[in-house]
Amino acid sequence: MPRSRPLRPVGRLPGQRGGRAVDAAACCCGRGAVRGVHAAALAGPGSPGECFPPAPPQPLRRSGRPFTRVCPSPGPVPRPVLPAGTARLSHSDPRGWDGHTGEEEEEEEEVEEEGWHQLYPSHIPTSPLQKALLAAGSAVMALYDPYRHDMVAVLGETTGCLALPNLRDKMKHHPEGYRILQERPCIRLSTLDMSRLRGLPDGSLGREYVRFLEDNKVSPDTRMPPKFVDDEELAYVIQRYREVHDLMHTLLGMPTNMLGEVVVKWFEAVQTGLPMCVLGAAFGPVRLSARKLQVLATELVPWAIRSGLNASCVLNVYYEQRWEQPVESLREEIGIFPPPAVRV
Amino acid sequence: VYQVFESVAKKYDVMNDSMTLGIHRVWKDILVHKMNPSPGTLLLDVAGGTGDIAFRFINYVRAVRERQLQRKLKHHQDLSWQEIFENYQEDKSDSLGDSQVVVCDINREMLKVGKQKAQHLGYSKGLSWVLGNAEELPFDDDMFDVYTIAFGIRNVTRIDLALEEAYRVLKPGGRFLCLEFSHVSNPLLSRLYDLYSFQVIPVLGEVIAGDWKSYQYLVESIRRFPPQEELKAMIEDTGFFKVDYENLNFGIVAIHSGFKL
Repeated sequence: MPRSRPLRPVGRLPGQRGGRAVDAAACCCGRGAVRGVHAAALAGPGSPGECFPPAPPQPLRRSGRPFTRVCPSPGPVPRPVLPAGTARLSHSDPRGWDGHTGEEEEEEEEVEEEGWHQLYPSHIPTSPLQKALLAAGSAVMALYDPYRHDMVAVLGETTGCLALPNLRDKMKHHPEGYRILQERPCIRLSTLDMSRLRGLPDGSLGREYVRFLEDNKVSPDTRMPPKFVDDEELAYVIQRYREVHDLMHTLLGMPTNMLGEVVVKWFEAVQTGLPMCVLGAAFGPVRLSARKLQVLATELVPWAIRSGLNASCVLNVYYEQRWEQPVESLREEIGIFPPPAVRV
Repeated sequence: VYQVFESVAKKYDVMNDSMTLGIHRVWKDILVHKMNPSPGTLLLDVAGGTGDIAFRFINYVRAVRERQLQRKLKHHQDLSWQEIFENYQEDKSDSLGDSQVVVCDINREMLKVGKQKAQHLGYSKGLSWVLGNAEELPFDDDMFDVYTIAFGIRNVTRIDLALEEAYRVLKPGGRFLCLEFSHVSNPLLSRLYDLYSFQVIPVLGEVIAGDWKSYQYLVESIRRFPPQEELKAMIEDTGFFKVDYENLNFGIVAIHSGFKL
């Protein structure tokens, strides 16, 4: 399968028009745009990763369900021949990616025997120690090399242990969010009808989204698929979160420069509670100039926080069915306040 | 395997340093010291992509050559200035003493990185870069004095073919040297080593090179590789004599050596 090329070349300097000028701590989208050394595609899907299939039909969960810890329990030291991924299917999934039933004991046995349990095509099972090392390493690397978007993505996946199930539950308890979890739409160049979106009236979500993609020369196909999330549904949730990131830019009216990314990060930190967003929001401003910092602190961040708190969960909106809706009306519906009149 | 190294080429050296905590440099130094090349040696370094062994060889030979020249000059204590000057002129242009290294690798990217490194470090003479497959070398019989393969034989599909090719291209009296990861017999160390290999190395691969899968493959290929005695037997079967191995770091790495007689 040919790799879809990202629209922007790696290494574009911040401040140049077009492309993402981001501090990796500020960019949450996890675009796998690193050339040359990333994704050898030995096995598994080619980038950008395949869409998750629709979830199998399952009864509606009661809200009183006990919270399931999905982080894998400490497993045995991996045997020399094959690494033992102690991935555990979440209880709410009756069937994993390859049709195994969700029995815990069976899972452990399978793991012992096969030593490799892949829940979705891009999944790499990891032990808790590996996750901890990955989280630490990716955090350092993301700060050290701002162009390593894949490190931001990895950081998000390895630290999202608690926030992702929360998000998923929020989605489950909302009718539209539930539908998204069932149907598992994904935003890709192949699934979007770009000409139709371009033909929509100005001010509609579809038109503004396409304008955003073209102005900033980005593409929805440069996302890194989730690798280290040990639960198939949560993997979809984080992928949805990454795909919706661009729509956040559109809804918040923020470009993809440093300042814009930091603002979106603040909004997302409040909305999702993902540690990666919080870190990005906290460390992103470090690379900004004093003037921008002032604008950020006095106007943009308070607005982003207020909007984030006021808005309903942004992952609960089925964007693919709302391309014709005007952006203002969607903002009102979600609860995002109009952006301040500041040049970002 | 080709794809693995394609993606790995640029970050190869950085990854080597971080995975082995820099110890790989010591291993390679030991290999070249063991080789003890004298000026005029023709070396074939197979799977030598980024040129580590080649550069060390050149440094070693230069140092030996310099010592030779110094010793020569010492004997000529009562020469006139004119004669000393002439001596210097001839010898300066011969710092390598006709030694040559041919670096052969199956992967173009690795060779590219190696050439860039050579330029960057200032190595110009005595190096050739050839694209070739260790199982089918593009060289004539009986050409080289020394054949080395450092951390490369593990990636060859048919080790016996590579060994036979090595035998073929070596001159009679030539030496075969192989530096490779091997079997750790000490049980405690073995467990620690496994833990480090499987837990830390893929993580390093992901963080530094953005490539988990290649380094997972690397660690697994090390486990699959035949242990010291078995490799020694294979080398003997090919026809080499005086085959021996030296364990470095308790067997994490081993240098196998054999002679074509």
